Amino acid sequence: MAISIRGVSKKFGDFTAVDQLNLEIGSGEFFSMLGPSGSGKTTVLRLIAGFDLPTAGTISLDGEDVTNKAPFDRNVNTVFQDYALFPHLNVIENVEYGLRVRKVGREERRARALAALEKVHLADFAERKPAQLSGGQRQRVALARAIVVEPKILLLDEPLGALDLKLRESMQIELKELQRDLGITFVFVTHDQDEALTLSDRIAIFNQGKIEQIGTPHELYEKPATEFVARFVGTANVFTAAQSQNLFGVNKKTMIRPEQIELGATGQEATVMESIYLGSSIRFILKLADTQVIAEVSASDENAKTYRRNSTVKVNMSKTDLVELD
Amino acid sequence: MRISRSAALVLGVISSAVMAAVYLPLVIVLINSFNNSMNMDWPPPGFTLDWWVKAFGSGGLMAALGTSVLIAICASVVALILGTLLALALSRYKFFGQESIGLMVILPIALPGIVTGLALNNAFRTVLGMQLSMATVIIAHATFCIVTVYNNVLARLSRANRNLEDASADLGAGVFTTFRLITLPQIGSALVAGGLLAFALSFDEIIVTTFTAGSGVETLPIWILNNMFRPGKAPVVDVVAVTTVLISVVPLYFAQRFTRETAK
Repeated sequence: MAISIRGVSKKFGDFTAVDQLNLEIGSGEFFSMLGPSGSGKTTVLRLIAGFDLPTAGTISLDGEDVTNKAPFDRNVNTVFQDYALFPHLNVIENVEYGLRVRKVGREERRARALAALEKVHLADFAERKPAQLSGGQRQRVALARAIVVEPKILLLDEPLGALDLKLRESMQIELKELQRDLGITFVFVTHDQDEALTLSDRIAIFNQGKIEQIGTPHELYEKPATEFVARFVGTANVFTAAQSQNLFGVNKKTMIRPEQIELGATGQEATVMESIYLGSSIRFILKLADTQVIAEVSASDENAKTYRRNSTVKVNMSKTDLVELD
Repeated sequence: MRISRSAALVLGVISSAVMAAVYLPLVIVLINSFNNSMNMDWPPPGFTLDWWVKAFGSGGLMAALGTSVLIAICASVVALILGTLLALALSRYKFFGQESIGLMVILPIALPGIVTGLALNNAFRTVLGMQLSMATVIIAHATFCIVTVYNNVLARLSRANRNLEDASADLGAGVFTTFRLITLPQIGSALVAGGLLAFALSFDEIIVTTFTAGSGVETLPIWILNNMFRPGKAPVVDVVAVTTVLISVVPLYFAQRFTRETAK
């Protein structure tokens, strides 16, 4: 395992940021920690990096216990949310920094820094100061600075959070390519579920200092274990045990995804409360008995256009699509 | 804010009067240093450079100038080291009594010099059993010089991005390397500004100096005090006063420029 976290807690005064966490991350994995702000995901990242020390538990990197080691004694590197570029150094000096403090010779470190900058397509900006760069360019410098020292593990703390949507999408692709290219472990913190689903091999869903569920994007979307996961990853219709009993004869809390609901000729009758055009699909908010249900239908479905507000449609929900929640 | 014409006039007159009260005496001192009358007759009957030549030729005076500069430099260096360490400790760590220590660090600048002087005089001689010397003056000056360094560095550190130090450690730099390569460049101009202010504070200090200087330690301000009322010395004292003003103002000017440039 690249990273083993066992029984780790972190308290700040009375506040428990991370609560007895266990987590194993494999070598070469693109692993995301996804959760709302304050759920403890960034704290876990800082514990792995060594910026904070855990209140309890152990952290091992490649089998070596690093729980009480300083950041400079750990073979991990971090890309900070605000990039944390050194303002008094220019781009190439920023990228060289890790090599410079490791006493790598001047020529070798310049060459390696330039190679790292080429990887992020910024070789032309080597002599600029960070203040003269755009947000996306700073992001790339931060990446180059972290990968130039060839860490086995790269930690990324919401690295795309400050970028606009278009740039974020293209950086996502670049990040994924970079990770494949380097073949190292990426641990990626984000509160953006789309980003996590797009990039990750596996995702841990954080809530209140604990992990709700760990799984592949596919598993988390198809088989969420809890209501929190069901609602945080994608959109979900969550039914209480009573509602489930009513609709499906299942006396448990359950969930179904909006696109698994069919609207058409057969099924239970429901009233259309609202229809929302989303481009590739149309989302309907329906009233089924006393239960509100969200359904999503492809916009190319000709019938979908006929379901207007206050009209009645037939709703078909297959019991096999139903997921039981804890 | 717009003000009426008459109000502007009144305010203008008052400010001019205040400025005149502050700076006219200084101008008179400057002019008198070129006054060729031994008794400082006014208006000056003629122009002379005699006093300037005499002042810079006087052994005692030049020795006093040297002493003052040496004390100011030593006190500033002590203040730079201790003030920076204090600012780092108080801005980077949380600990019991943090706020009280912060207050205790800046208090000496508000304490009346005569109190500081008396207290240190007693402490040095009776409690510590030390002979008053140049070292005691340096220590005494450092107590209030620390404040300017501490304040400047603290303000800079509180604005600086703390992630920079984490990033440096993350990239493999130890504590001292991080300080040298990352923290120091961030606070460099604050150190220069704080150090120059400390120098200016120490250079013209007289009250604390009087209480803590050993016999034979004569700083420039003390030399002035000793010579002011001696017959025939007044013009030379004027020369010294002008020189002192220059030596104090120049660092002050640069200190201000440094803080302004980095605030941008």
